[in-house]
Amino acid sequence: MPEDVIRLEGVSVLYRKPGEKIRTFKEYAIRILQRRIQFKEFRALNDINLTIQKGEIFGVVGNNGAGKSTLLKVVSRVLIPTEGRVWIKGVVTPLLELGAGFHPELTGRENIMLNGTILGHPRREIEEHMDEIIEFSELGDFIDSPLRTYSSGMYARLGFAAATTWEPDILLLDEVLSVGDESFRKKCEARMRGFRNGKTTSIMVSHSMESVMNLCQRVAWLDHGTVRAVGPAVDIVAEYRKAQPGAGA
Amino acid sequence: MKTSEEFIYDSARRGPVALEELRGIFRYRDLILQLIRKDIVARYKRSVLGVAWTMLQPLGMMIILSVVFSTLFSQVKGYPAYILSGLIAWTFFSQATSAMMTQIVWGGALLRQIYLPRTSFAVSSIGTGLTNLGISFIPLVFIVLIIGLPIRWSILFVPVSMLLLGAFALGVGLIVSTMSIYFPDVSDMYSLVLTGWMYLTPIVYPETLIPEAYRYWFFHLNPMYYYVKIFRAPIFEGVIPDGSTLLVAALISTVTLAIGWLFFSKRSDEFAYHL
Repeated sequence: MPEDVIRLEGVSVLYRKPGEKIRTFKEYAIRILQRRIQFKEFRALNDINLTIQKGEIFGVVGNNGAGKSTLLKVVSRVLIPTEGRVWIKGVVTPLLELGAGFHPELTGRENIMLNGTILGHPRREIEEHMDEIIEFSELGDFIDSPLRTYSSGMYARLGFAAATTWEPDILLLDEVLSVGDESFRKKCEARMRGFRNGKTTSIMVSHSMESVMNLCQRVAWLDHGTVRAVGPAVDIVAEYRKAQPGAGA
Repeated sequence: MKTSEEFIYDSARRGPVALEELRGIFRYRDLILQLIRKDIVARYKRSVLGVAWTMLQPLGMMIILSVVFSTLFSQVKGYPAYILSGLIAWTFFSQATSAMMTQIVWGGALLRQIYLPRTSFAVSSIGTGLTNLGISFIPLVFIVLIIGLPIRWSILFVPVSMLLLGAFALGVGLIVSTMSIYFPDVSDMYSLVLTGWMYLTPIVYPETLIPEAYRYWFFHLNPMYYYVKIFRAPIFEGVIPDGSTLLVAALISTVTLAIGWLFFSKRSDEFAYHL
């Protein structure tokens, strides 16, 4: 019986920015005193209700600015929702943007250790997984060279290997599968499919409808901060495509 | 690492954030160590002098100041050691608190993508600073010996001084970095404050330079006065710092750290909305 691992109930994310750009402390103090501050509100997410079950590979599609990344941030605790409730069972592992958490002067090996601790794993656990990560990344001797000597493809391989070796409870992917060459992408998709064993839940944000239909079971279509439709991947992708300009009737 | 069975996050049921941060620092202690390692190792990997630079910087300052001021302050016996013992405490304080604000840049990019205890970078900055402080003790001990002053057992008291100053620096840094997230000009204002603050503290000059009437304002209301004193006493004077100075220092540390931690934690939920 599949259980819920992620629940979003009435989740809204509201940004409140000063109307005019106030860049200095002095300006702010003056304007507060003059009561001249006006705030502009921007709803990145508006009353989101979603339930995701264990083992699902859940896709999220939508135009730029729809709130897809914001949704991932709320799930990963980066952002506390302004309204509503987020309930998560399990440890969330986001696949970090290339470069984040990695330091160019440190070697691949050292960066795996740093990256692992950022993801919340204790040192001993990382050491146990070290060989496996190095093997999957296919970096060979380069693992002991500083990261600044890597190509972007090598970077991608290291990042993906380091994040997915853990059989994460909940994996978040924000359009990261689109890097690397063809053979590596196939490897990534194979590993992702391996996650369908039911233990790992994934949320995948992507602009590639192909990957989404390939890997995801259910998909949500996010539009201007609200969930416009949720359902089986094929159906939602079709709906989304129909709504694109130039798609025809 | 807790198993998924135990780990539940419910945004509607969070306890006080300050406590959450405290627990987080403990759970992520390996991360703190890795961040300190990254700071120290990465910084010196490509430099010629390497870690030696940590020692040479305060040493260099001391030499310059000694040459310039030793005739002026000839009444201070062992003037170079007098300066250096105060200087390493000051250098730690100013560098660690300033570093916290720049760490927000690297750390900020990370905090935008993954949950980490927000205080991680502040704590690791203090850790890096304390490590550098420890390293810079080596040339200090040499200088003291060269001058002919004795090294006494009181030097073993130094870790306590480091702890107290570290707590104070963490508190101050947390407050200042919180403000700098909202207002980028805070870091410029802070460097100005630091410059003035240094002159108000008797590091380069003896206490006797300031007339009796002003000593209250310059020294007794100046927190760094107490910390410089508890650093100088065990190294330069060869005694354990006196009780009242220690008490005041401990009090200031505790209060500042508590205020800083609470202030930072309370605002930390908003950081992601601003970074």
